[in-house]
Amino acid sequence: MALFESLSDRMNHIFSKLRNRGKLTELEIKQAMREIRVALLEADVNYQVVKDFTAKVSEKALGEDILKSLTPAQQIVKIVNDELCALMGSTHQKLAVSDRQPTVYMMCGLQGAGKTTMCGKLVAYLKKQGKKVLLAACDVYRPAAIQQLKVVGKKAGTEVFEMGQIDPVKIAKSSIEFALKNGYDTVIIDTAGRLHIDEALMNELVNVKKAVNPTEILLVVDSMTGQDAVTVADTFNKTLDITGVIMTKLDGDTRGGAALSIKAVTGKPIKFNGTGEKMEDLEPFHPERMASRILGMGDVLTLIEKAQDAISQEEALALQKKLKENSFTLDDYLKQLESMKKMGNLQDMMSMIPGLNRSQLKDAKVDENQIKHTKAIIQSMTMKERRNPDVIKSSQKKRIAKGSGTTIQEVNQLLKQFELTKDMMARMQKGGMKALRNMNGGFPF
Amino acid sequence: MGFFKKIAEGIKKTKDAFSKKLFFAFSARELDDEFYESLEEALLTADVGLTATENLIEELKDRAFKEKIKKPEDAKELLRKIMIEDIDYDVPEYEYPLVILLSGVNGVGKTTAVGKLAHMFKEQGKSVVVAAADTFRAAASEQLEVWGERAGVRVIRHNEGADPAAVVFDAISSAKARGNDVILVDTAGRLHNKKNLMAELQKICRVVDRELPEADFRKYLVLDATTGQNAVSQAQIFSEDIETDGIILTKLDGTAKGGVVLAISDEIGLPVVYVGVGEKIDDLIPFDATDFINALL
Repeated sequence: MALFESLSDRMNHIFSKLRNRGKLTELEIKQAMREIRVALLEADVNYQVVKDFTAKVSEKALGEDILKSLTPAQQIVKIVNDELCALMGSTHQKLAVSDRQPTVYMMCGLQGAGKTTMCGKLVAYLKKQGKKVLLAACDVYRPAAIQQLKVVGKKAGTEVFEMGQIDPVKIAKSSIEFALKNGYDTVIIDTAGRLHIDEALMNELVNVKKAVNPTEILLVVDSMTGQDAVTVADTFNKTLDITGVIMTKLDGDTRGGAALSIKAVTGKPIKFNGTGEKMEDLEPFHPERMASRILGMGDVLTLIEKAQDAISQEEALALQKKLKENSFTLDDYLKQLESMKKMGNLQDMMSMIPGLNRSQLKDAKVDENQIKHTKAIIQSMTMKERRNPDVIKSSQKKRIAKGSGTTIQEVNQLLKQFELTKDMMARMQKGGMKALRNMNGGFPF
Repeated sequence: MGFFKKIAEGIKKTKDAFSKKLFFAFSARELDDEFYESLEEALLTADVGLTATENLIEELKDRAFKEKIKKPEDAKELLRKIMIEDIDYDVPEYEYPLVILLSGVNGVGKTTAVGKLAHMFKEQGKSVVVAAADTFRAAASEQLEVWGERAGVRVIRHNEGADPAAVVFDAISSAKARGNDVILVDTAGRLHNKKNLMAELQKICRVVDRELPEADFRKYLVLDATTGQNAVSQAQIFSEDIETDGIILTKLDGTAKGGVVLAISDEIGLPVVYVGVGEKIDDLIPFDATDFINALL
C-alpha cells in the first residue's frame, strides 16, 4: 500500500527545504513550484493537469499575505494540500444504491486493468454490508474470462450468472431478471476489457447501459497508467457518462498520479482503491487523506479504521480499562500483536503514521518473524510471569529462552519493549495521537 | 586532474555554453524556447519521463549547434534520429533449444503474448511447448489452453495453486522427451515490490538453468504501453532479480505511445524485442525502432 509514497517523499523533501526558512521570496516560491512540477510529472500526473495545478498554486502562493506571513512554508503546504484536495474531490463518495431493486453496478475499462478481480472484491465488500450480490459474466471475448469470474465468485462466496459466449447485452438483461427472481438485491456486471478507441466494443457498452440502466458505471483504472489515463478516462466518460472510478494495483510502488489526472479531467469521483490480491484488499478512496498522504502527512484515519476493524469494540474497552488500572499484562501484549497482524502488513501500517520519515521506514523492515519469536517467548512463561513480569529473574529468563528456542538477550529485549509499549499506551490514553507522533521513530515492538 | 587543467576545462565549458547561447540567440526566431517547450510537451505526454526528456532536449540542442541546424523541421528530424539511436539495439539471434520466460506485473498481457509467440514460432516451423506457470490467477491455465489450441501447441499445466517451478520442470522434461525446439513459460503477474513473488520467479529461472543448461534462455519483461513512469521501476527490479534480456511492449494499438521505454533504455539499457499491436494471434511483431519513434513523435 505504498500509495503515493514516492510523491510524498518528494513533497517532504521540497517542504523540508522551505520549512527551514523564515520568509520566502518570489524566487523561492517559484523554485518550490518547479519541484512540485517535477514531482507531479514523475508521478505520472497528466502534463496539462500539472500545468494548471502549478499555475493555480503559485498564483495563490505569490499573493501578498503569504509573503507577510510568519510561516510561509506552512502556508504553501496548506495551499498545495487544499488544491490537491479540490482536485481530487472533497469527501469520500459512497456507492449509490437504487430505490428500485436490483441495484446494478457496471464495470468497464481497458484490458488488464483488474475488472474481474475487482468484481470479487466488491462482492466481498457489499456482502459485509448485508447485500445479496449476483455477478454477471459479460466478458465473452477473453479466453476463460467466464471461468475466472466463476472462481472469483466462488472465493467471494456468491453466484455467477452466465450464458456462455453470446451477446453481452442479452446476458446483462437476463441477469437482472434472474436477480429479481432469486432474491438478489445487487448485480455486478463484469464486462470485457476494451480499448477506448474500439468503436464497436464501446458501442456494445452503450447498449448494455441502455438495456439495464445501471445505478453506477464504474471505470476501473490501473494506477500505474501514465499520461494516457486522461484520454482513456475522458473517452469512457464521454461515451458512457461514468459515475465513478476505481483505482487498482495501488499496492505496487506506483506514485499513482493517474488518480489526480482522471479526477481533474472527468470530474467523476474515485470511489475505491484496490490494494492487493486478496478479496478484502479494497479500500474506500478518501481524497483528503490521499492529499495528506501526498504531502507526507500520513494517513491516521485509515490506520484507525483498520484498527477498529481488527479489534472488536469490547476488546478495546477491556484494554482501555486495563490501561487505566495499570494491569496491562504480557498476555494482553500478545493479543495486541495478534490483532496488529490481523490489521495487515506492519510496514503498511507504519507508513500511515504521520511524522515518520519515509526514507527511514524503507530500511526499517518490520520482521514478521520477530512476532513469531515474541509469541514463543511469551508462551514459554508461566501465567504468573505473564501477569507480573517483575518476577522474571535471570534463572527464569534462562528457562524461558530455552523453552522458546531464543536467547536471553531476546527475552530481555521483549521485556523492555513490553515496558515501553505499556508506557506508550498510557501516554496515548492521555495525549491521543500526539503522543504517538513524539515517539520519534516507530513502535516499540 | 590537475588544478590548471580543471580551470581550463571549466573555461572551455563556459565558452561552449556561451557560444551555444549565442547560437540559439541568433536562431531564436526558429529554434526558440517555445519550440523546445513544444518538443518537451510532446515527449512528456508520450510518457518519455522528465529525466529522459531533459536528456534528449539537451542532446538535441548540443547537436543542433554542432550540425548548425536552424529549422524546426530539421531539428525535429534530428531528434527522431537521436531517439532511434537510443533504443536501437542488436538483439542476438535465437539458438535452439530456446526457453522464453515472460514475466511482468498483473494485467499487462503475458498470457496473450505467450499465445502469440507460440503461434509465431509454430509458423516458423518450430515445435513449441508452453508451460502454464501462472498457477495463481483464477483460470489462467484455462486461458492459456485456449491460446494453445488456437496456435496448435501443447500446454503443460498443473492445478491452481501448484508450484510454478514444478510446472516448468515438467514442461522441460516433456520438451526433452519429444525433442521440442521452443519452451514458452507464462508466469503469474506480480508486482515487483513483492519480495516473495520475485523469489518465486528466481526459483523458476534456477530450474531452467539446472534442467536445460544448454538452452538459449531469454527472459522478457512484458510491459503495458499505457504504463507511466512506474515502468522504469518495474524494469529495474525485474532486471535485477532475474536478469531480464528485453521487453515485450503490449497494447500499442491504443492511444498510448509507450514512450517510457526511452526512459528505461536511458536508465537500464533494456531493449524492446516485440510489440503487441492488436488482439489477433499474429498481432505480435518484432520491434522496429524507426516505426516506433515515428509513431511517437
